[in-house]
Amino acid sequence: MNSVKEEIEKSGSKMSSKTSQKIMNVVFVFSGILTLLILIVIIGYIVIKGLPSLNLNFLLSNPIDSGKSGGIFPMIISSLYVTAIAVVIATPLAVGAAIYISEYSSKGKIVDIVRFGAQILASIPSIIFGLFGLQFFVISLNLGYSVLSGGLVLAIMALPTIFQVAEVTLSSVPSLYKEGSYGLGATKWQTVVGVILPAAIPGIITGVILGLTRAISEAAAVMFCVGSAITTPIFITDPGRPLPLHLYVLATEGVSMQNAFGTAAVLVVIVLAITFITNYLVNRYQEKMMGER
Amino acid sequence: MDKIRSENLNVYFGDAHILHDVNLKMPENSITALIGPSGCGKSTFLRTLNRMNDLIPTFHHEGNVYLDDTEIYDDNVDVVNLRKRVGMVFQKANSFPKSIFENVAYGLRIHGIDDEDYIKQKVELALKSAAIWDEVKDKLDQSALGLSGGQQQRLCIARTVAIEPEVILMDEPCSALDPISTLKIEDLMTELKKEFTIVIVTHNMQQATRVSDSTAFFLNGQIIEHGPTEELFVNPKEEKTEEYISGRFG
Repeated sequence: MNSVKEEIEKSGSKMSSKTSQKIMNVVFVFSGILTLLILIVIIGYIVIKGLPSLNLNFLLSNPIDSGKSGGIFPMIISSLYVTAIAVVIATPLAVGAAIYISEYSSKGKIVDIVRFGAQILASIPSIIFGLFGLQFFVISLNLGYSVLSGGLVLAIMALPTIFQVAEVTLSSVPSLYKEGSYGLGATKWQTVVGVILPAAIPGIITGVILGLTRAISEAAAVMFCVGSAITTPIFITDPGRPLPLHLYVLATEGVSMQNAFGTAAVLVVIVLAITFITNYLVNRYQEKMMGER
Repeated sequence: MDKIRSENLNVYFGDAHILHDVNLKMPENSITALIGPSGCGKSTFLRTLNRMNDLIPTFHHEGNVYLDDTEIYDDNVDVVNLRKRVGMVFQKANSFPKSIFENVAYGLRIHGIDDEDYIKQKVELALKSAAIWDEVKDKLDQSALGLSGGQQQRLCIARTVAIEPEVILMDEPCSALDPISTLKIEDLMTELKKEFTIVIVTHNMQQATRVSDSTAFFLNGQIIEHGPTEELFVNPKEEKTEEYISGRFG
């Protein structure tokens, strides 16, 4: 029998490991750069195309002539409305479910079923949520075409996203912390509120932001439910038209391509701003909690 | 006087029989060391003393554990109250991701104390008795996780001391620490035994001889020998004990 060294020499003649390493390095670097490039090109394209529309008047005035001119103030308010409703409703539900699954349920079947359910819920096409919202919230519950109906549909959509991230985060809180807390005589509830949740907050917030960005970018799910009004919603029972829906109408009905790009740019900037600000705050919180090392 | 004692204690995790008829008396204001090779059941025994094993679903037991004269597994015993009386320091320092102050205040708060002045005084006292006050007094609002391993372990002791337990259980408290931090904690233990009854699990035989008053040697879930530390180490009665302490196995 050959020694390992001889075998290696026999097989290694095809290509030196150095060369293959170099090739793979290039492949990985290239895929990294490509991903970044796509991001920059899309955001850059939209912002540059939208720039001519962007001014204070565009942001703060009502659309004129169904959006051909004028601004998008009511759409910004509608977007903030439906997104806020979605987050306010989905977050406590999702985090509550995640706490139950990670801390209270005695692992096993039910955990798997709930996890699987969340996965399915997350993969249902958004337009189906829209259809359900129309039938259930708008008609059956008689909430009418309103930002409330739209917000509720978005809440259902954001729910599995927030739940999944929160559950993973809560489950990964070191059991050392829990033992420490129980060892001091804390009850389960005190341990959850006093130790586990604070340790999981950064991860939970990340989940909320993922759910939020999903909700704020959604056109299909809200189009059946919000009523597509171009007036500013004041009460939650008023109809509205969130930015993505406005964008869709402007582009598909040939109203104004220029203003569609302007609307897109505003939407992108809002999403980026929310992401950056929360990332900053989460990092600050984490530094304070974990100590600067 | 015996502060805490087990009588014919048998512990099972599911079908596995972990502890066999363990009888051990741990006297008040003294340090009892539990030694033995890995997997001999000494940590399991320690964790039955404050019912931490209750967290493991397959745990069940026979026999009794008495704290003073209360059987701690009695139905009318409140686990929360028991763990307030029998505190625990863990193998790995598990300070919470909170400020140094809040780490110590946590135990007081969960037991319903909300007088901030009282909490402040108590936190300072606890940090002083854990010999860490001078190192942290200027950064009480900083994260505890920024401290060194040894400091964090002393913080965990302060956290336990703050709620004035009667017994402190220590599960290999120095196994992750350097020799200097270890010495600090050993000195601290000698100080603490004036007020508390201490039971410590250790893999370090020198540590057992340095700090403990009595020692119990565990092997395969049984106590092979138990007696005053000096006697057990100088004149072990059992052959197994002698082999273990002289380093022939374990």
